[in-house]
Amino acid sequence: MINKKVNSVQEALQGIENGMTLMLGGFGLCGIPENSIAELVQKGTHNLTCISNNAGVDDFGLGLLLQKKQIKKMISSYVGENAEFERQMLSGELEVELIPQGTLAERCRAAQAGIPAFFTPAGYGTEVAEGKEAREFNGKMHVMEHAFKADFAIVKAWKGDEAGNLIFKGTARNFNPCMCGAAKITIAEVEELLPAGSLDPNQVHIPGILIQRIFKGEKFEKRIEQRTTRKRD
Amino acid sequence: MALDKNDIAKRIAKEVKDGYYVNLGIGIPTLVANYVRTDISVEFQSENGVLGMGPFPYEGEEDADLINAGKQTITTLPGASFFDSGFSFGMIRGQHVDLTILGAMEVAENGDIANWKIPGKMVKGMGGAMDLVASAENIIVAMMHVNKAGESKILKKCTLPLTGVGCVKKVVTELAVMEITPKGFKLLERAPGVSVEHIIASTEAELIIEGEIPEMQID
Repeated sequence: MINKKVNSVQEALQGIENGMTLMLGGFGLCGIPENSIAELVQKGTHNLTCISNNAGVDDFGLGLLLQKKQIKKMISSYVGENAEFERQMLSGELEVELIPQGTLAERCRAAQAGIPAFFTPAGYGTEVAEGKEAREFNGKMHVMEHAFKADFAIVKAWKGDEAGNLIFKGTARNFNPCMCGAAKITIAEVEELLPAGSLDPNQVHIPGILIQRIFKGEKFEKRIEQRTTRKRD
Repeated sequence: MALDKNDIAKRIAKEVKDGYYVNLGIGIPTLVANYVRTDISVEFQSENGVLGMGPFPYEGEEDADLINAGKQTITTLPGASFFDSGFSFGMIRGQHVDLTILGAMEVAENGDIANWKIPGKMVKGMGGAMDLVASAENIIVAMMHVNKAGESKILKKCTLPLTGVGCVKKVVTELAVMEITPKGFKLLERAPGVSVEHIIASTEAELIIEGEIPEMQID
Protein backbone atom coordinates (compact mmCIF):
# COMPACT_ATOMS: atom_id res chain seq x y z
CA MET A 1 0.00 0.00 0.00
CA ILE A 2 1.28 3.43 -0.92
CA ASN A 3 0.27 5.73 1.90
CA LYS A 4 -1.26 9.07 0.84
CA LYS A 5 -2.31 10.20 4.31
CA VAL A 6 -1.26 13.60 5.59
CA ASN A 7 -2.10 14.79 9.07
CA SER A 8 -3.46 18.24 8.54
CA VAL A 9 -5.01 20.57 6.02
CA GLN A 10 -1.84 22.71 6.26
CA GLU A 11 0.31 19.79 5.19
CA ALA A 12 -2.16 18.86 2.46
CA LEU A 13 -2.11 22.31 0.92
CA GLN A 14 1.67 22.72 0.90
CA GLY A 15 2.98 24.02 -2.39
CA ILE A 16 -0.10 26.01 -3.37
CA GLU A 17 1.31 29.38 -4.36
CA ASN A 18 0.06 32.73 -5.56
CA GLY A 19 -0.97 32.72 -9.21
CA MET A 20 -1.67 29.01 -9.45
CA THR A 21 -4.65 27.31 -11.10
CA LEU A 22 -6.84 25.23 -8.81
CA MET A 23 -9.72 22.86 -9.55
CA LEU A 24 -12.28 22.65 -6.75
CA GLY A 25 -15.05 20.06 -6.57
CA GLY A 26 -18.64 20.71 -5.60
CA PHE A 27 -21.99 21.75 -7.03
CA GLY A 28 -23.37 24.82 -5.32
CA LEU A 29 -22.35 24.26 -1.69
CA CYS A 30 -22.83 20.49 -2.00
CA GLY A 31 -19.64 18.44 -1.83
CA ILE A 32 -17.22 21.37 -1.63
CA PRO A 33 -13.80 20.95 0.05
CA GLU A 34 -14.74 23.36 2.81
CA ASN A 35 -11.75 22.69 5.07
CA SER A 36 -9.31 23.39 2.26
CA ILE A 37 -11.14 26.58 1.28
CA ALA A 38 -11.00 27.79 4.89
CA GLU A 39 -7.26 27.12 4.95
CA LEU A 40 -6.71 28.96 1.66
CA VAL A 41 -8.46 31.97 3.23
CA GLN A 42 -6.18 31.60 6.25
CA LYS A 43 -3.04 31.34 4.10
CA GLY A 44 -4.07 34.33 2.00
CA THR A 45 -2.89 32.72 -1.23
CA HIS A 46 -3.99 35.10 -3.98
CA ASN A 47 -4.11 35.69 -7.72
CA LEU A 48 -5.70 32.28 -8.04
CA THR A 49 -7.48 30.91 -11.08
CA CYS A 50 -10.27 28.66 -9.83
CA ILE A 51 -12.01 26.04 -11.95
CA SER A 52 -15.23 25.23 -10.15
CA ASN A 53 -18.81 24.80 -11.34
CA ASN A 54 -20.03 27.58 -9.04
CA ALA A 55 -18.51 30.36 -6.97
CA GLY A 56 -20.17 29.69 -3.63
CA VAL A 57 -22.42 32.20 -1.87
CA ASP A 58 -21.39 35.50 -0.34
CA ASP A 59 -20.28 34.05 2.99
CA PHE A 60 -19.50 30.40 2.25
CA GLY A 61 -17.58 28.23 -0.18
CA LEU A 62 -15.50 30.07 -2.77
CA GLY A 63 -17.39 33.23 -1.78
CA LEU A 64 -14.98 33.39 1.17
CA LEU A 65 -11.99 33.62 -1.19
CA LEU A 66 -13.81 36.19 -3.32
CA GLN A 67 -14.47 38.37 -0.29
CA LYS A 68 -10.73 38.52 0.37
CA LYS A 69 -10.06 39.14 -3.34
CA GLN A 70 -7.86 36.05 -3.56
CA ILE A 71 -9.32 34.96 -6.89
CA LYS A 72 -8.10 36.53 -10.11
CA LYS A 73 -10.15 34.41 -12.47
CA MET A 74 -13.10 32.02 -12.18
CA ILE A 75 -13.92 29.33 -14.74
CA SER A 76 -17.48 28.20 -13.99
CA SER A 77 -20.81 27.33 -15.56
CA TYR A 78 -23.15 29.16 -13.19
CA VAL A 79 -22.39 32.00 -10.82
CA GLY A 80 -25.75 33.29 -9.55
CA GLU A 81 -26.49 33.58 -5.83
CA ASN A 82 -23.38 35.65 -5.12
CA ALA A 83 -23.65 39.44 -4.94
CA GLU A 84 -19.95 40.03 -4.26
CA PHE A 85 -19.07 37.91 -7.28
CA GLU A 86 -21.39 39.95 -9.46
CA ARG A 87 -19.93 43.21 -8.15
CA GLN A 88 -16.33 42.12 -8.84
CA MET A 89 -17.25 40.78 -12.26
CA LEU A 90 -19.09 43.93 -13.36
CA SER A 91 -16.33 46.21 -12.05
CA GLY A 92 -13.73 44.18 -13.94
CA GLU A 93 -11.79 43.19 -10.79
CA LEU A 94 -12.56 39.56 -11.45
CA GLU A 95 -12.03 37.78 -14.74
CA VAL A 96 -14.79 35.27 -15.49
CA GLU A 97 -15.00 32.53 -18.09
CA LEU A 98 -18.44 30.94 -18.29
CA ILE A 99 -18.58 27.58 -20.02
CA PRO A 100 -21.27 24.90 -20.40
CA GLN A 101 -21.48 22.58 -17.42
CA GLY A 102 -20.99 19.39 -19.39
CA THR A 103 -18.00 20.91 -21.14
CA LEU A 104 -16.56 21.89 -17.76
CA ALA A 105 -16.92 18.33 -16.50
CA GLU A 106 -15.51 16.84 -19.69
CA ARG A 107 -12.51 19.19 -19.73
CA CYS A 108 -11.70 17.89 -16.24
CA ARG A 109 -12.28 14.31 -17.29
CA ALA A 110 -10.12 14.77 -20.41
CA ALA A 111 -7.27 16.07 -18.25
CA GLN A 112 -7.72 13.08 -15.94
CA ALA A 113 -7.71 10.62 -18.82
CA GLY A 114 -4.91 12.10 -20.93
CA ILE A 115 -7.14 13.27 -23.76
CA PRO A 116 -5.87 16.66 -24.97
CA ALA A 117 -9.09 17.80 -26.67
CA PHE A 118 -12.52 16.59 -27.69
CA PHE A 119 -15.57 17.66 -29.72
CA THR A 120 -18.93 18.47 -28.14
CA PRO A 121 -22.13 19.88 -29.64
CA ALA A 122 -22.63 22.11 -26.57
CA GLY A 123 -22.39 25.79 -27.38
CA TYR A 124 -22.19 25.45 -31.15
CA GLY A 125 -23.61 28.61 -32.75
CA THR A 126 -23.33 30.58 -29.49
CA GLU A 127 -20.72 32.96 -28.13
CA VAL A 128 -18.90 30.18 -26.26
CA ALA A 129 -17.92 28.66 -29.63
CA GLU A 130 -16.34 31.89 -30.90
CA GLY A 131 -12.74 31.35 -31.99
CA LYS A 132 -12.93 27.59 -31.55
CA GLU A 133 -12.57 24.96 -34.22
CA ALA A 134 -15.93 23.54 -35.30
CA ARG A 135 -16.41 20.31 -37.19
CA GLU A 136 -19.31 18.23 -38.47
CA PHE A 137 -19.75 14.66 -37.25
CA ASN A 138 -22.76 12.57 -38.29
CA GLY A 139 -24.50 15.58 -39.74
CA LYS A 140 -24.18 17.66 -36.58
CA MET A 141 -21.82 20.50 -35.72
CA HIS A 142 -19.43 20.17 -32.79
CA VAL A 143 -16.96 22.49 -31.08
CA MET A 144 -13.42 21.52 -30.10
CA GLU A 145 -12.67 21.94 -26.40
CA HIS A 146 -9.35 21.37 -24.62
CA ALA A 147 -8.46 19.50 -21.46
CA PHE A 148 -7.86 21.77 -18.49
CA LYS A 149 -4.37 22.30 -17.14
CA ALA A 150 -4.27 22.88 -13.39
CA ASP A 151 -1.67 22.85 -10.63
CA PHE A 152 -3.84 21.40 -7.87
CA ALA A 153 -7.21 19.66 -7.76
CA ILE A 154 -8.95 19.80 -4.39
CA VAL A 155 -11.83 17.38 -3.93
CA LYS A 156 -14.13 16.32 -1.14
CA ALA A 157 -15.24 12.73 -0.54
CA TRP A 158 -17.33 11.00 2.10
CA LYS A 159 -14.99 8.15 2.98
CA GLY A 160 -11.41 7.51 2.04
CA ASP A 161 -8.60 5.20 3.05
CA GLU A 162 -4.89 5.78 3.52
CA ALA A 163 -4.24 4.44 0.03
CA GLY A 164 -6.25 7.39 -1.32
CA ASN A 165 -9.27 5.36 -2.43
CA LEU A 166 -12.46 7.42 -2.31
CA ILE A 167 -16.20 6.90 -1.87
CA PHE A 168 -18.63 9.76 -2.41
CA LYS A 169 -22.12 10.26 -1.01
CA GLY A 170 -25.31 11.30 -2.79
CA THR A 171 -25.09 14.30 -5.07
CA ALA A 172 -22.00 15.50 -3.19
CA ARG A 173 -20.21 13.38 -5.78
CA ASN A 174 -20.79 15.83 -8.69
CA PHE A 175 -17.51 17.22 -10.10
CA ASN A 176 -15.25 15.66 -7.48
CA PRO A 177 -14.50 12.35 -9.26
CA CYS A 178 -13.89 14.17 -12.58
CA MET A 179 -11.23 16.37 -10.98
CA CYS A 180 -9.23 13.56 -9.35
CA GLY A 181 -5.97 13.22 -11.22
CA ALA A 182 -6.88 16.12 -13.51
CA ALA A 183 -4.18 18.38 -12.02
CA LYS A 184 -0.51 17.88 -11.19
CA ILE A 185 -1.42 17.14 -7.57
CA THR A 186 -4.80 16.03 -6.24
CA ILE A 187 -5.74 16.62 -2.62
CA ALA A 188 -8.74 14.83 -1.13
CA GLU A 189 -10.44 15.90 2.07
CA VAL A 190 -12.73 13.29 3.56
CA GLU A 191 -15.23 13.02 6.39
CA GLU A 192 -13.92 9.64 7.42
CA LEU A 193 -10.34 8.49 6.86
CA LEU A 194 -9.90 4.76 7.33
CA PRO A 195 -6.93 2.37 7.36
CA ALA A 196 -6.23 0.63 4.05
CA GLY A 197 -8.31 -2.52 3.85
CA SER A 198 -11.37 -0.93 5.44
CA LEU A 199 -13.10 -0.10 2.18
CA ASP A 200 -14.55 -2.85 0.02
CA PRO A 201 -12.63 -2.52 -3.29
CA ASN A 202 -15.91 -3.22 -5.10
CA GLN A 203 -17.39 -0.05 -3.67
CA VAL A 204 -14.50 2.34 -4.39
CA HIS A 205 -15.53 5.18 -6.74
CA ILE A 206 -12.06 6.62 -7.36
CA PRO A 207 -8.88 4.56 -6.98
CA GLY A 208 -6.03 6.00 -4.94
CA ILE A 209 -3.68 6.24 -7.92
CA LEU A 210 -5.34 9.57 -8.77
CA ILE A 211 -4.82 11.01 -5.28
CA GLN A 212 -1.51 12.33 -3.92
CA ARG A 213 -2.63 13.57 -0.49
CA ILE A 214 -5.61 12.63 1.66
CA PHE A 215 -6.64 14.08 5.00
CA LYS A 216 -9.58 14.03 7.36
CA GLY A 217 -11.42 17.35 7.39
CA GLU A 218 -11.71 18.76 10.89
CA LYS A 219 -15.23 20.07 10.52
CA PHE A 220 -17.93 19.90 7.86
CA GLU A 221 -20.64 22.52 8.13
CA LYS A 222 -22.39 21.27 4.96
CA ARG A 223 -24.50 24.34 4.54
CA ILE A 224 -27.78 23.93 2.62
CA GLU A 225 -28.38 26.52 -0.08
CA GLN A 226 -32.10 25.98 -0.75
CA ARG A 227 -33.86 24.19 2.07
CA THR A 228 -37.02 22.85 0.42
CA THR A 229 -39.38 20.56 2.31
CA ARG A 230 -42.93 19.24 2.16
CA LYS A 231 -45.47 19.01 4.93
CA ARG A 232 -46.32 15.67 6.46
CA ASP A 233 -49.81 14.52 5.46
CA MET B 1 -58.32 32.80 -19.95
CA ALA B 2 -54.55 32.61 -19.90
CA LEU B 3 -53.05 29.78 -17.90
CA ASP B 4 -50.95 30.10 -14.76
CA LYS B 5 -47.59 28.41 -14.27
CA ASN B 6 -49.11 25.30 -12.74
CA ASP B 7 -51.48 24.93 -15.68
CA ILE B 8 -48.55 25.16 -18.10
CA ALA B 9 -46.84 22.43 -16.09
CA LYS B 10 -50.02 20.33 -16.18
CA ARG B 11 -50.21 20.61 -19.97
CA ILE B 12 -46.54 19.69 -20.40
CA ALA B 13 -46.97 16.73 -18.05
CA LYS B 14 -49.14 15.17 -20.76
CA GLU B 15 -46.06 15.00 -23.00
CA VAL B 16 -44.32 12.73 -20.51
CA LYS B 17 -44.78 9.12 -21.61
CA ASP B 18 -44.39 5.76 -19.93
CA GLY B 19 -40.73 4.70 -19.74
CA TYR B 20 -39.31 8.19 -20.19
CA TYR B 21 -36.20 9.52 -18.49
CA VAL B 22 -36.79 13.26 -18.14
CA ASN B 23 -34.59 16.22 -17.27
CA LEU B 24 -36.44 19.18 -15.77
CA GLY B 25 -35.00 22.67 -15.74
CA ILE B 26 -35.46 25.27 -13.03
CA GLY B 27 -38.77 27.19 -12.74
CA ILE B 28 -42.00 26.03 -14.42
CA PRO B 29 -40.35 22.76 -15.60
CA THR B 30 -39.74 21.70 -11.99
CA LEU B 31 -43.52 21.85 -11.42
CA VAL B 32 -44.12 19.27 -14.18
CA ALA B 33 -43.08 16.47 -11.81
CA ASN B 34 -46.17 17.23 -9.69
CA TYR B 35 -48.58 16.48 -12.54
CA VAL B 36 -47.22 13.40 -14.30
CA ARG B 37 -49.74 10.55 -14.38
CA THR B 38 -49.20 8.15 -11.52
CA ASP B 39 -50.03 5.06 -13.58
CA ILE B 40 -46.89 5.39 -15.76
CA SER B 41 -43.21 4.80 -14.95
CA VAL B 42 -41.02 7.87 -15.32
CA GLU B 43 -37.62 8.76 -13.85
CA PHE B 44 -36.40 12.30 -13.36
CA GLN B 45 -32.75 13.10 -13.98
CA SER B 46 -30.97 16.03 -12.39
CA GLU B 47 -27.72 16.94 -14.11
CA ASN B 48 -25.79 17.34 -10.86
CA GLY B 49 -25.83 13.55 -10.66
CA VAL B 50 -29.04 11.76 -9.76
CA LEU B 51 -31.62 9.64 -11.56
CA GLY B 52 -34.83 8.73 -9.78
CA MET B 53 -35.41 12.04 -8.04
CA GLY B 54 -38.31 12.15 -5.62
CA PRO B 55 -40.25 14.93 -3.90
CA PHE B 56 -38.86 17.40 -1.36
CA PRO B 57 -38.00 15.80 2.00
CA TYR B 58 -40.20 16.12 5.06
CA GLU B 59 -39.16 18.89 7.40
CA GLY B 60 -36.22 17.74 9.51
CA GLU B 61 -35.14 15.13 6.96
CA GLU B 62 -33.18 17.43 4.65
CA ASP B 63 -29.80 16.04 3.62
CA ALA B 64 -27.10 18.54 2.57
CA ASP B 65 -25.60 15.81 0.37
CA LEU B 66 -28.80 15.35 -1.62
CA ILE B 67 -29.88 18.24 -3.84
CA ASN B 68 -31.16 18.86 -7.36
CA ALA B 69 -29.65 21.14 -10.00
CA GLY B 70 -31.59 24.06 -8.50
CA LYS B 71 -29.68 23.36 -5.25
CA GLN B 72 -32.92 22.41 -3.52
CA THR B 73 -33.00 19.55 -1.03
CA ILE B 74 -34.68 16.48 -2.53
CA THR B 75 -35.28 12.78 -1.88
CA THR B 76 -34.76 9.72 -4.06
CA LEU B 77 -37.25 7.06 -5.09
CA PRO B 78 -36.71 3.27 -5.26
CA GLY B 79 -34.44 2.54 -8.24
CA ALA B 80 -32.52 5.80 -7.93
CA SER B 81 -28.81 6.11 -8.67
CA PHE B 82 -26.03 8.66 -8.25
CA PHE B 83 -23.20 9.47 -10.65
CA ASP B 84 -20.65 12.19 -11.27
CA SER B 85 -21.06 15.28 -13.45
CA GLY B 86 -18.97 13.89 -16.30
CA PHE B 87 -21.10 10.77 -16.42
CA SER B 88 -24.28 12.82 -16.08
CA PHE B 89 -23.51 14.91 -19.13
CA GLY B 90 -22.36 11.81 -20.97
CA MET B 91 -25.87 10.50 -20.34
CA ILE B 92 -27.30 13.73 -21.76
CA ARG B 93 -24.89 14.02 -24.71
CA GLY B 94 -25.34 10.33 -25.48
CA GLN B 95 -29.10 10.96 -25.82
CA HIS B 96 -30.10 8.51 -23.14
CA VAL B 97 -32.44 11.09 -21.63
CA ASP B 98 -35.74 11.03 -23.55
CA LEU B 99 -37.14 14.46 -22.82
CA THR B 100 -35.74 17.80 -21.70
CA ILE B 101 -38.08 20.48 -20.40
CA LEU B 102 -36.62 23.89 -19.78
CA GLY B 103 -37.47 27.56 -19.51
CA ALA B 104 -36.49 30.32 -21.93
CA MET B 105 -36.33 34.07 -22.33
CA GLU B 106 -36.78 33.86 -26.10
CA VAL B 107 -37.52 31.18 -28.70
CA ALA B 108 -37.26 31.77 -32.44
CA GLU B 109 -39.15 30.16 -35.31
CA ASN B 110 -36.04 28.24 -36.43
CA GLY B 111 -35.81 26.55 -33.00
CA ASP B 112 -33.11 28.82 -31.55
CA ILE B 113 -33.33 29.43 -27.81
CA ALA B 114 -31.91 32.14 -25.54
CA ASN B 115 -32.07 31.71 -21.79
CA TRP B 116 -28.75 32.44 -20.11
CA LYS B 117 -27.68 36.03 -20.47
CA ILE B 118 -29.01 39.57 -20.76
CA PRO B 119 -25.95 41.62 -21.70
CA GLY B 120 -25.21 44.30 -19.13
CA LYS B 121 -28.01 43.11 -16.86
CA MET B 122 -27.91 39.48 -15.93
CA VAL B 123 -24.98 37.16 -16.39
CA LYS B 124 -25.40 34.14 -14.19
CA GLY B 125 -24.14 31.57 -16.63
CA MET B 126 -25.57 28.81 -18.76
CA GLY B 127 -25.18 25.97 -16.26
CA GLY B 128 -26.10 22.78 -18.09
CA ALA B 129 -28.54 24.40 -20.52
CA MET B 130 -26.17 24.55 -23.50
CA ASP B 131 -25.27 20.88 -23.15
CA LEU B 132 -28.93 19.90 -22.75
CA VAL B 133 -30.26 21.81 -25.75
CA ALA B 134 -27.37 20.78 -28.01
CA SER B 135 -27.85 17.09 -27.32
CA ALA B 136 -31.45 16.32 -26.45
CA GLU B 137 -33.63 15.00 -29.25
CA ASN B 138 -36.86 16.12 -27.65
CA ILE B 139 -36.89 19.58 -26.10
CA ILE B 140 -40.01 21.28 -24.81
CA VAL B 141 -39.83 24.88 -23.65
CA ALA B 142 -42.07 26.06 -20.83
CA MET B 143 -42.31 29.84 -20.79
CA MET B 144 -44.54 32.88 -20.61
CA HIS B 145 -45.67 34.04 -24.05
CA VAL B 146 -44.91 37.70 -23.37
CA ASN B 147 -42.46 39.44 -21.03
CA LYS B 148 -43.42 41.81 -18.23
CA ALA B 149 -43.49 44.71 -20.69
CA GLY B 150 -46.02 42.79 -22.76
CA GLU B 151 -43.57 42.03 -25.56
CA SER B 152 -43.63 38.69 -27.35
CA LYS B 153 -40.95 36.15 -26.44
CA ILE B 154 -41.94 34.04 -29.45
CA LEU B 155 -39.84 35.64 -32.16
CA LYS B 156 -38.75 35.51 -35.77
CA LYS B 157 -35.19 35.75 -34.51
CA CYS B 158 -33.74 35.77 -31.00
CA THR B 159 -32.26 39.09 -29.84
CA LEU B 160 -30.42 37.80 -26.75
CA PRO B 161 -27.21 35.71 -26.78
CA LEU B 162 -28.15 32.18 -27.84
CA THR B 163 -28.08 29.06 -25.72
CA GLY B 164 -28.51 26.73 -28.68
CA VAL B 165 -29.43 26.77 -32.35
CA GLY B 166 -32.31 25.01 -34.10
CA CYS B 167 -33.06 22.73 -31.17
CA VAL B 168 -36.50 23.48 -29.68
CA LYS B 169 -39.32 21.20 -30.82
CA LYS B 170 -42.31 22.45 -28.88
CA VAL B 171 -43.25 25.48 -26.79
CA VAL B 172 -45.99 25.64 -24.18
CA THR B 173 -47.01 29.06 -22.86
CA GLU B 174 -49.92 30.51 -20.89
CA LEU B 175 -51.65 31.12 -24.23
CA ALA B 176 -50.74 28.32 -26.60
CA VAL B 177 -49.00 25.09 -27.56
CA MET B 178 -46.79 25.53 -30.62
CA GLU B 179 -44.69 23.10 -32.57
CA ILE B 180 -41.57 24.23 -34.41
CA THR B 181 -41.67 22.95 -37.99
CA PRO B 182 -39.22 23.56 -40.84
CA LYS B 183 -41.58 26.40 -41.87
CA GLY B 184 -41.81 27.97 -38.41
CA PHE B 185 -44.19 27.97 -35.44
CA LYS B 186 -47.32 25.92 -35.97
CA LEU B 187 -50.17 26.66 -33.58
CA LEU B 188 -51.43 23.36 -32.15
CA GLU B 189 -53.62 24.33 -29.21
CA ARG B 190 -54.91 27.43 -27.48
CA ALA B 191 -55.49 28.01 -23.78
CA PRO B 192 -59.13 27.59 -22.72
CA GLY B 193 -61.10 30.69 -23.71
CA VAL B 194 -58.17 32.32 -25.50
CA SER B 195 -58.87 33.23 -29.11
CA VAL B 196 -56.57 32.54 -32.03
CA GLU B 197 -56.64 36.29 -32.74
CA HIS B 198 -55.35 37.02 -29.22
CA ILE B 199 -52.49 34.56 -29.73
CA ILE B 200 -51.59 36.09 -33.10
CA ALA B 201 -51.60 39.56 -31.55
CA SER B 202 -49.30 38.37 -28.74
CA THR B 203 -46.81 36.70 -31.07
CA GLU B 204 -44.09 38.48 -33.03
CA ALA B 205 -43.31 35.43 -35.18
CA GLU B 206 -45.65 34.23 -37.92
CA LEU B 207 -47.93 31.40 -36.87
CA ILE B 208 -48.95 28.57 -39.16
CA ILE B 209 -52.64 27.99 -38.51
CA GLU B 210 -54.42 25.09 -40.13
CA GLY B 211 -58.13 24.52 -39.53
CA GLU B 212 -59.80 24.73 -36.14
CA ILE B 213 -57.36 25.13 -33.24
CA PRO B 214 -58.53 23.02 -30.28
CA GLU B 215 -58.37 24.13 -26.65
CA MET B 216 -55.66 22.66 -24.43
CA GLN B 217 -56.78 19.83 -22.18
CA ILE B 218 -55.43 20.71 -18.76
CA ASP B 219 -57.04 18.24 -16.36
